[in-house]
Amino acid sequence: MLVRRAPWVCQTCRHHGPSASRTYSTAATRQRPIHVAIIGSGPAGFYSAYRLLKKLPDARIDMFEHLPVPYGLVRYGVAPDHPDVKKSAETLVDVAKHGHFNFAGNVPIGNDPGCLPLTSIAPYYDALLFAYGASRDKKLDIPGEDLKGVLSARAFVGWYNGLPEYADLDPDLTGGDTAVVIGQGNVALDVTRMLLAPLDELRKTDLTEHAIDTLSRSRVNNVKVIGRRGPLQAPYTIKELRELMQMRSLGFAPPPEGWDKLIRVEPRKRLPRQLKRIAELLEKGSTTPMQEAEKAWQLGYLRAPAAFLSSNNEQLEAVGFEQQEYDSPVSDLITGDAPTDLNGLRGLRVRSTGAKSLVHAHLAFRSVGYQSTPLEGFGDIGVPFDQARGIIPNDRWGRVISPSKGPAGPLTAGHVPGMYCAGWVKRGPTGVIASTLDDAFTTADIIAKDWEEGTRFLSSPDGDADGTKGGWTAVKREIQRRGIRSVSWYEWEKIDAEERRRGQLRGKEREKIRRVSEMLAVLDGYGRTSYM
Amino acid sequence: MVQRQCIAATTRAFSTCTLSRPASRTTPPRIHNQLSHQRRHLHQTQPRTTRTPLTHLQHTFPRRNTPKTRTFTTTPARSHGDLTPPKPGEERHVTFVDKDLQHHTFVVADGDNLLDIAQANDLEMEGACGGSCACSTCHVIVESDEMFDRMEEPSDDENDMLDLAFGLTETSRLGCQVVMRKELDGVVVKLPSMTRNMQASDFAEKS
Ligand SMILES: Cc1cc2nc3c(=O)[nH]c(=O)nc-3n(C[C@H](O)[C@H](O)[C@H](O)COP(=O)(O)OP(=O)(O)OC[C@H]3O[C@@H](n4cnc5c(N)ncnc54)[C@H](O)[C@@H]3O)c2cc1C
Ligand code: FES
Repeated sequence: MLVRRAPWVCQTCRHHGPSASRTYSTAATRQRPIHVAIIGSGPAGFYSAYRLLKKLPDARIDMFEHLPVPYGLVRYGVAPDHPDVKKSAETLVDVAKHGHFNFAGNVPIGNDPGCLPLTSIAPYYDALLFAYGASRDKKLDIPGEDLKGVLSARAFVGWYNGLPEYADLDPDLTGGDTAVVIGQGNVALDVTRMLLAPLDELRKTDLTEHAIDTLSRSRVNNVKVIGRRGPLQAPYTIKELRELMQMRSLGFAPPPEGWDKLIRVEPRKRLPRQLKRIAELLEKGSTTPMQEAEKAWQLGYLRAPAAFLSSNNEQLEAVGFEQQEYDSPVSDLITGDAPTDLNGLRGLRVRSTGAKSLVHAHLAFRSVGYQSTPLEGFGDIGVPFDQARGIIPNDRWGRVISPSKGPAGPLTAGHVPGMYCAGWVKRGPTGVIASTLDDAFTTADIIAKDWEEGTRFLSSPDGDADGTKGGWTAVKREIQRRGIRSVSWYEWEKIDAEERRRGQLRGKEREKIRRVSEMLAVLDGYGRTSYM
Repeated sequence: MVQRQCIAATTRAFSTCTLSRPASRTTPPRIHNQLSHQRRHLHQTQPRTTRTPLTHLQHTFPRRNTPKTRTFTTTPARSHGDLTPPKPGEERHVTFVDKDLQHHTFVVADGDNLLDIAQANDLEMEGACGGSCACSTCHVIVESDEMFDRMEEPSDDENDMLDLAFGLTETSRLGCQVVMRKELDGVVVKLPSMTRNMQASDFAEKS
């Protein structure tokens, strides 16, 4: 049990108006539940909420989500043929139904009309927890990126998963039989799988009918997945590689240089376990031999994209690459200590040789990573953003750190009181759900610790005598005042039920609703909503 | 289904009418999985004539505040696919060492997997994917090489997930994939501490 100090309220602070110098609640006011606003309903948001309720059982948690539907990338990123991964969303249902938890879907946080500004939620909470993920993708910044036929993997993934933002993407998969995927992370492999998987397999998943229709007309039967570094540096994970190697009637073409030249560690058993298993899998190749395959895929390494090329300046015709080589001899990195070797090999850098090469293709996917951006209004509440790293600066535990707005005033670095972050916006856009879970737990634990230890949190003039925040009751008024049609958990369940019903008619788990207006129509009837 | 709704209704009722109750009496939600689902189902079907909504809620989630060090715990009798009580003479012992180095020993039956056992006994093991070998949050480290060798070889799928686990060792396994049987009586497994994102390697510059 935590030891509680006697309630004490600083009268001076309490009597300051909203524009007065920043005031902070302290341990003195802790004999009451903490009120936390979580922004984003992906795994980071939900696992933090789950953990917070475990550590501080009387916590009051409100979750704000841009879309009417929850789960972030579990719904809109994870591939339809990974139902086991999507299952992790089910674990979150208990959190959502907890009596101290409110879900406010269709409430984008920001300053645009129709959004809820940060300044209008901050006063009602002790802490804000940013878990809004990464909603952009990195660009390559090379010539021709805007040509027809060059697609962002994020857009394509969003499109096949039914993300409203990309409902109208309408990718043209009929231009040629070869597609190039630039980047070798799991997103790149997801895209490859969706392009090459047998349709009868995909029909059983929750892939949208719209996407199935487009894929059924696809002419793509050869996908080249090309990366800047080598086979042991590429960010893919072995599970995703194996899925492609074992895919029915899909053949794998090894890279033209041959594996020995790329791996350069002999015998392979000197590699740390994780990399040895990847090397073995790659060298074994596909279960379907190339001569029996209907479709094929290939991995290409040590090639940095240099330009998207077109003879008519309109339609992509080829992708130009610049040859790379390892910065240092690979075998020098093997010390015999597995963790050191793993880090050394994974971190091996490359440099350009100047040689150029070309791959002809009418379709190319840019898949070099997602990117977080600052929320509008961060400046208003003293939250910084590290543009270079694409994260909210934090102390790795999840406390937001500002170089100039520390608790002791201007020009001191330190924790911005009451501000926390978790998930991709904290760590950068890498890592599977398990690492997001670890990370969310770390943040929740630190919030609980700070709360129990009397660290400064957000403070506001409208708290009642014991400092209790207005929380949900107050924010609900703000939402209504702005005419935002928020979606409760109960309402999401109605949308969910409707999607399942539509899915059942087609013999699959769900048929996702692809437009926000249609989601809201399930709740309000058609014609009554004015969204999108 | 009806029973799940009933829970939801109770939870809601609880939240609106007991805001002023002492905090310590509320119970946080548990990550939902097959097991807690079934357990809840069981509780629902038990007679509960005298329970108030609050105690009812408490009983729908696993016990809390269990003593830190337990040397001997028998798991309660359960039915269908859930933890089964061991048959007399077929009791198997399994010990979990948590990250505070506390030992927890349980008497279990053949056929139970380590994730289910840990969760039924409220140990900190998440099992985010519900035991379908798709998340690695149930990573355990088998203490003795000998015991590790007695286990069935991990499948490719399990090894693939283990390769992503933080703090992988030579004797790492996924708890949801290790099923108790006679040969494993007395097995001791460690729960790795959750410090993944504090590792320098995670912050190694990515080029
Ligand atoms: C294509 C793809 C496939 C993946 N496949 C797998 C896989 O198979 N297995 C696996 O383990 N992991 C997978 N991952 C990784 C996994 O999805 C991430 O680890 C995890 O989703 C990150 O969680 P998060 O909560 O930080 O972000 P997100 O899941 O992105 O959640 C952020 C949420 O915040 C909301 N939001 C954004 N801006 C605002 C705003 N202004 N106001 C309110 N809400 C806002 C978003 O709508 C979203 O719901 C995949 C990722 C991608 C991109
Ligand atoms: S519970 Fe997910 S892998 Fe074991």
